[in-house]
Amino acid sequence: MATKTGTKQKPAAGLTEIRWHGRGGQGAVTAAKMVAELALGQKKYFQAFPEYGPERSGAPIVAFTRVSNEPIQIYAGIEHPQIVVVLDPSLLSIVDVTKGAPADAIVLVNSEMTPAELRKHYHLEGFHYYTIAATRIAVETIKRAIPNTPMVGALTRITGLFPIDEVVAFLRADFGKKFPPKVVEGNINAITRSYEEVKGE
Amino acid sequence: MATTESEILAVTGNEAVAEAMGQIDPDVVCAYPITPQTEVVQLYAQMVADGKVSSEFVTVESEHSAMSAVIGSAAGGARTMTATSSQGFALMWEVLFIAASYRLPIVMTTVNRALSGPINIHCDHSDTMGGRDTGWIQLYGENHQEAYDNCIMAVRIAESMDIRTPTMHMYDGYVISGAIGPLQMLTKEQVQTFIGPYHATNPMLDTKHPVTVGPFDGLHGWYFEHKVSQNRAMDRALTVIQDVADEYAEISGRQYGLLEEYCLDDAEVAIVVVGSTAGTTRMTVDKLRSQGVKAGMVRVRAFRPFPHAAYAKALEHVKVVGVMDRADSFGAQGGPVFLEVRAALYDSDPRPQILPFIYGLGGRDIFPDNIEQAFAVLQKAAQSKKRTSTERRYLNLRDD
Repeated sequence: MATKTGTKQKPAAGLTEIRWHGRGGQGAVTAAKMVAELALGQKKYFQAFPEYGPERSGAPIVAFTRVSNEPIQIYAGIEHPQIVVVLDPSLLSIVDVTKGAPADAIVLVNSEMTPAELRKHYHLEGFHYYTIAATRIAVETIKRAIPNTPMVGALTRITGLFPIDEVVAFLRADFGKKFPPKVVEGNINAITRSYEEVKGE
Repeated sequence: MATTESEILAVTGNEAVAEAMGQIDPDVVCAYPITPQTEVVQLYAQMVADGKVSSEFVTVESEHSAMSAVIGSAAGGARTMTATSSQGFALMWEVLFIAASYRLPIVMTTVNRALSGPINIHCDHSDTMGGRDTGWIQLYGENHQEAYDNCIMAVRIAESMDIRTPTMHMYDGYVISGAIGPLQMLTKEQVQTFIGPYHATNPMLDTKHPVTVGPFDGLHGWYFEHKVSQNRAMDRALTVIQDVADEYAEISGRQYGLLEEYCLDDAEVAIVVVGSTAGTTRMTVDKLRSQGVKAGMVRVRAFRPFPHAAYAKALEHVKVVGVMDRADSFGAQGGPVFLEVRAALYDSDPRPQILPFIYGLGGRDIFPDNIEQAFAVLQKAAQSKKRTSTERRYLNLRDD
């Protein structure tokens, strides 16, 4: 009785399912959790969890976020994500990041390329591709090559899940508790820049 | 009902339980501080270091020693807690019986994870299902909120003078323990009022009233009678668990029972399930109901004591019951929950067919599709004139 991954399970109304693909050390899990906390700020229901595996820097990892207007009862990995976020473009050649995704899924990739260039380079078909140069933005704003917060900025723009002002306010409050002002402002710049610079098709 | 509207937090299951422990603020916490331990103990150690709680925190060199130290502390007269998981629970095993037979009201959090081998750190229920005959009360929670709530209720249950029996509460490893989910907390004052001050019985440190704990009690002693008294306490625990849950509902607004019944009144097929998979099952029941299938669910909350009469009452009118076990009992007729449910319904007339399903071992994911497959088996059995085979059916087993 193995599961055949298909598309017969439709997500409930008002449920957004996001699957994150990254490499250990890029902050995919932190980003998945950040989106859950942003959902909480919007009085929505949320769930965020990594697919636990060997915690090695550089190894491919997967994390999941669910955001919903209704309480979330399901406890299983996301098979049919409406949104796929890829924090490392090199994963496009080695991981089937759109596995199980419906035809109208959004795929956001951390890349210097435009979506058209990305499609050509990696021979990608279908879905709606978006790109953002998240690693460069992170280096320029946070001074570290961790692309997770810029990806959240781009995701905010594409999905409209949260107003950008709310994201900035959240960062100021939440990061403000843990990090010095310079780091907080760097992350805010990263988020707002990627919100502006994300490229669609 | 004096429900408090507290703020919703985004926390991991382990953070939820560490917060509960912090609000309970027991006298002593003894724990093994490294793998296979969970984040619960690390978070609690931080609270101790930050002076947020007044507990004496004792780190030991093994889980066997952790349970031994907990027993010493509780016998000495202190309100004592610990946490464990997986191999750690297995290493505690022989000492768990001693805690129960001394009737020490210890509370232990156990994060359900697989046992080796092959080496696997992920969710299943093999660890605590293997400890079901140790004499501890066992409560299984579904989600973050219930993990927190059960931790607090466990203190009152264990310390009840009607039973004085150690209590463990469980939640699913990683699926809940490492995932972020919503939590509403009580205030520390509410928790402290609910659990009340600790009254030790016959504490060893009361030197004016010296007692002996754990002496030899051989062939002509009272060992047999002692075991019977433990079992009688287990029978009484059914009432205690429900009474504590009812009282907790008054301060939290969240009502728990010995088991949770969902859509059972007119159900023709039903699934019995433990832990977080109940959420996915409930969702599947809703979907099947919208398609006209009379599906229902029972979620196991108290497993020791097992409320067999309540299961008979809840399920005897159902045509076919599927029991989903996230642990197996090799060579038995089915998993531990299956055996329990099937025995509970033996005296019912008419009685449902009861079929065993095994799922999720070593963290294998369980999707709504898999639960629909199980319900399809039950529906087919309900329509068949012949009795269906009770061979184990495996959900999401690889066939490559």
